[in-house]
Amino acid sequence: MLSVNPRTDGFVVFDHVQKTYNGEDLVVKDLDLSIAKGEFLTMLGPSGSGKTTCLMMLAGFETATKGEIFLDGQPINSVPPHKRGIGMVFQNYALFPHMSVGENLSFPLEVRGMSKDAREAKIMRALDMVQMGKFANRRPAQLSGGQQQRIALARALVFDPALVLMDEPLGALDKQLREHMQFEIKRLHDELGITVVYVTHDQGEALTMSDRIAVFNDGRIQQIAPPATLYETPENLFVASFIGENNRLEGKVEEITDGRALIRLTSGEVIAATAVNVHRKGQRTVVSIRPERIEFKPEMMSDGAHTLDATVLEVVYMGDILRARLRVAGTDEFIMKYRNTIGQTRLEPGQTVRIGWHPADARALDPI
Amino acid sequence: MTEQAADRSPEIGGRALKRAMAKAQGRAKRRAVLLVAPLLLFILITFVAPIGQMLFRSVHNDGFSANMPALAAWFAENPEGTMPDEAAYAALATDLKMARENKTAGTVGTRINYEIGGTRSLFTSGARKAEDLKPPFARSVPEMDEDWADPQLWQVMRTASSAYTASFYLAALDLTRDADGHIVGVEEGRAVYVGLFFKTLWMSGLITVLCLILGYPVAHLLATLPLAKSNLLMILVLLPFWTSLLVRTTSWMVLLQEQGVINNTLVATGVLQDDNRLAMIYNQTGTIIAMVHILLPFMILPLYSVMRPIKPHYVRAARSLGATSWTAFRRVYLPQTVPGIGAGALLVFILAVGYYITPALVGGASGQLISNLIAYHMQDSLNWSMAAALAAILLAAVLVLYWLYDRLVGIDNLKLG
Repeated sequence: MLSVNPRTDGFVVFDHVQKTYNGEDLVVKDLDLSIAKGEFLTMLGPSGSGKTTCLMMLAGFETATKGEIFLDGQPINSVPPHKRGIGMVFQNYALFPHMSVGENLSFPLEVRGMSKDAREAKIMRALDMVQMGKFANRRPAQLSGGQQQRIALARALVFDPALVLMDEPLGALDKQLREHMQFEIKRLHDELGITVVYVTHDQGEALTMSDRIAVFNDGRIQQIAPPATLYETPENLFVASFIGENNRLEGKVEEITDGRALIRLTSGEVIAATAVNVHRKGQRTVVSIRPERIEFKPEMMSDGAHTLDATVLEVVYMGDILRARLRVAGTDEFIMKYRNTIGQTRLEPGQTVRIGWHPADARALDPI
Repeated sequence: MTEQAADRSPEIGGRALKRAMAKAQGRAKRRAVLLVAPLLLFILITFVAPIGQMLFRSVHNDGFSANMPALAAWFAENPEGTMPDEAAYAALATDLKMARENKTAGTVGTRINYEIGGTRSLFTSGARKAEDLKPPFARSVPEMDEDWADPQLWQVMRTASSAYTASFYLAALDLTRDADGHIVGVEEGRAVYVGLFFKTLWMSGLITVLCLILGYPVAHLLATLPLAKSNLLMILVLLPFWTSLLVRTTSWMVLLQEQGVINNTLVATGVLQDDNRLAMIYNQTGTIIAMVHILLPFMILPLYSVMRPIKPHYVRAARSLGATSWTAFRRVYLPQTVPGIGAGALLVFILAVGYYITPALVGGASGQLISNLIAYHMQDSLNWSMAAALAAILLAAVLVLYWLYDRLVGIDNLKLG
């Protein structure tokens, strides 16, 4: 992983950027973002969260209503898209259907006035990079979705841009191909040392590929952090529930000391949690716990862990893991995931167990 | 026996398989044929048959040969270049007499009149006087009217003695036969058709280009505007279709004429002097303006249907790859609309080449197209063979252009909507 200091190495900087389409509602609200050179940054969020608008403003297809975007230290608000030198991969590939693969790749080089020999060499190198060297004479329509995506990638890279934008590039591929392409893109990023801004609504994709993830919602960045930080220590309820599965228990802060809180749940039990956004006694809050951090075997729990009674309602066999739905503290939707190892205890519906977790994994998020 | 065995076996092959397929699909095929049969019949009766008949008429006219049998027989016996002798004049006299009895002198005269103007009366008056003709006919017939001895006339009668003739095609190409039967061009002042053919083609070409220039941005707007606005625009584009052609053409008259809206406005605003009014109608300009207006939707609709599915991200991709907006348009957007341009241009051009009403109404003398001349031969001169020959040449020219288009652009690329 790259060590990044966004304040000093800002290769791409969004400085108080706002965007509105109709003059009334802000799609992007006061965005500050600094992306380091060579970083793989993912903009993650539901549709309508403003992430694609940010990408389009960076590419030059939308203008920022307010604020300035800097690329390599230069303000680029008034630079037209073709002069920004940014590679872009589109969701639907956007390969020119009337040109062969070779001509598609040649296009950015031709408009830069490159000689034929230099073009040939660059095209071959770019095609080999995505293992499509033999397809130069094919038409895009003769290629499969995955192959088209590779060509789109090669076309965005062929003119050696320092920054490549990707707008949900793998959205149209099936799961297996998508996972393979994630790996390919990551490999190219590492090999070429390019800066990538990647937009997706697929959290799995974001987690596996990114150096940092910016979670967008409602026109704002909710949290920006490396994947592990984001997953394990979400800073608010939106991030916690948007990334990964998440159990929610509602309660009231009973006691709060040094970032540790005791929460009395609505059903009366008391649990320990990390106080994230709660600061006062008596605040109502939601405690979030990841399903895979829940234990039901006493020997796995830390000393002094708070435990709760649970009734198994349903167990779903998922191959690598087992997923149990439990009745805990008045909710029927409490999920626990445990590994399908040799000798693993088989839970049966109707069975009662005692479950617990490490207080660091239970996070008391937004007050409600 | 063997066949039954083959039928029972789980897998069949070769002829048996083909037969089984034909049997299985035969019913559906017969039903399909029955369903299209009415349309097929309709087209055959109302379209193919009349056109075939017209085309036949362009090479076939028995107005002379059927009514002048004796002379036809003499022409058959004597080779081309033989001077008319006593036998020839005798045959002529016999036929004229017969024409008088059968009242066919007019028909015969009309056929010859197509090629030598003013000869119809020669035949009608000749038939009237034929009773009184006395041998030797070689002297008495020319005495009746010296035109009867004209070698050109005899050459024409020789050609007309066969019901099948290329002379209408020759005439349609401003060619004729001289007294010796050689094909030569007609005199300077009488050559009208070839010039008019070329004028029709280049005016249609100009109208097509104007339609393309005017229609392309509108089609693009239609394809890219949000649905509510593009629907409104579409209604405006289609509005001309819902108004009568005559109304549209006459409104152009109101607008363009010398004392019309446009001229008056220009004079009132001081752009034009009163005695300097623009002649925008009853000439070529009028024809072009009115026809561009009328044919514009035929250009816009195919263009629109091609532009609609072209997503904006192609141009965006081109821009992000470093192309200026002009390069992106020229190299990425324009090539993708070629099928629409081809379809629209072909449609407008073919419609324009055969257009009749508008040039007839607003064309004046200089704005007439070949179709107006075809109409003239159909309605006024009643020389249907000539009309058919002109129409056939026009059809051939359009087919050649169609073939050229196929070679250059490819007909598979055509997209009409």
